[in-house]
Amino acid sequence: MNTQQPATKEEMNRIELVIGKILRVGVVISATIMIIGLLLLLITGKSGYAHDAFPTTFKAIFSGIATLKPYAIMMLGIFCLILTPVLRVIVSIYSFYKEKDMLYVWITTFVLIILIISFFFG
Amino acid sequence: MIETVILMIVIGVLAGIGGAVLGLGGGIIVTPVLTLFFHLDIKYAIGASIVVVIATSSGSTIAYLKDEVLNLRVAMFLEIATTIGALSGALLTGILEPKYLYILFGLLLLFSAFNMVKKLLNKNKSNLSTKDDKLAEKLRLNSSYYDKAEKKQIDYKVENIPGGLSVMFGAGLASGLLGIGSGAFKVIAMDTFMKMPLKPSSATSNLMMGVTAAASATVYFFNGSILPQVAVPLALGILVGATIGSRIMQVLPARWIRIIFVPIMFYIACSMLYKGF
Repeated sequence: MNTQQPATKEEMNRIELVIGKILRVGVVISATIMIIGLLLLLITGKSGYAHDAFPTTFKAIFSGIATLKPYAIMMLGIFCLILTPVLRVIVSIYSFYKEKDMLYVWITTFVLIILIISFFFG
Repeated sequence: MIETVILMIVIGVLAGIGGAVLGLGGGIIVTPVLTLFFHLDIKYAIGASIVVVIATSSGSTIAYLKDEVLNLRVAMFLEIATTIGALSGALLTGILEPKYLYILFGLLLLFSAFNMVKKLLNKNKSNLSTKDDKLAEKLRLNSSYYDKAEKKQIDYKVENIPGGLSVMFGAGLASGLLGIGSGAFKVIAMDTFMKMPLKPSSATSNLMMGVTAAASATVYFFNGSILPQVAVPLALGILVGATIGSRIMQVLPARWIRIIFVPIMFYIACSMLYKGF
């Protein structure tokens, strides 16, 4: 038990480091996109869309971004933010695998599968 | 326009601090503010609060991972129960009468709130588990964290994993079916049922909440419930607030966090029971 404990701790430290890095990258990217969109909205005073409309499909969002519509950029930022926890789960699987912690590779893969199923239900 | 944006950012910062410290996600603060003060339709308030929960989770987790407060294995393992719960909740919408769920969860919260009061009154007794739980050892869930308030390393053991899993399933179900209270149940599952210390419980709850919320967030995103002009300034404020909150939480004595947590639990319990009856 005592010989196993430090190994567990070191393993966790490495995994935490990788996941922390991924989360930071995800948060910085989505925050940057959101700030750009918000600044454009405040500077131009226009959302790029009529009335209170805003894009909710990938097609509409990307065609909006091509013409620099503030709401389209803001929606992309929100979507990136929503993806950060999912990315965290995916990276965890890889990290546990690298540490040869197969039990947790299975546990985390299982979580990802349920997550994907619930995406499709939505 | 600019005033609203600034106001949203400020609300976000405050909700982010509160959410990160308590492990509640901040939705509990944002939803009533948006509906009561901004007269926003509940549909858009829930859409915004789901983004808020994800922002709190990702923002605070960065610091909690760096300072090793949260328990990654506990999070991963219990996420099995929360995601299955959330999925069942989505599937059972329309079949299960939410009324009874509100009553059931309300009572559970009330029970847990009394339990927390008991812990508060029990000043001298250590609440840490001393039991060697076989399952916890097998899953390597026992861990330690450095408490910045007490200035020492605290080793802790985890027990009653089936109990924790059941409450986590309930937390997922609640977020899938009722859309509220999942953060409170996550903290309860770990703190009250599994005897984890409060700080790792709150930090781990923050981490887990992002995953539970992400599953429903895509639904809200594509059905147009997430208003960019509301969600973006809120989320930006939250990211700042959660970063601050995750630092404050570590230097606060666990006792204080519990003192703030208890009335909020009573509040959620009462609003749930009110909806049930």
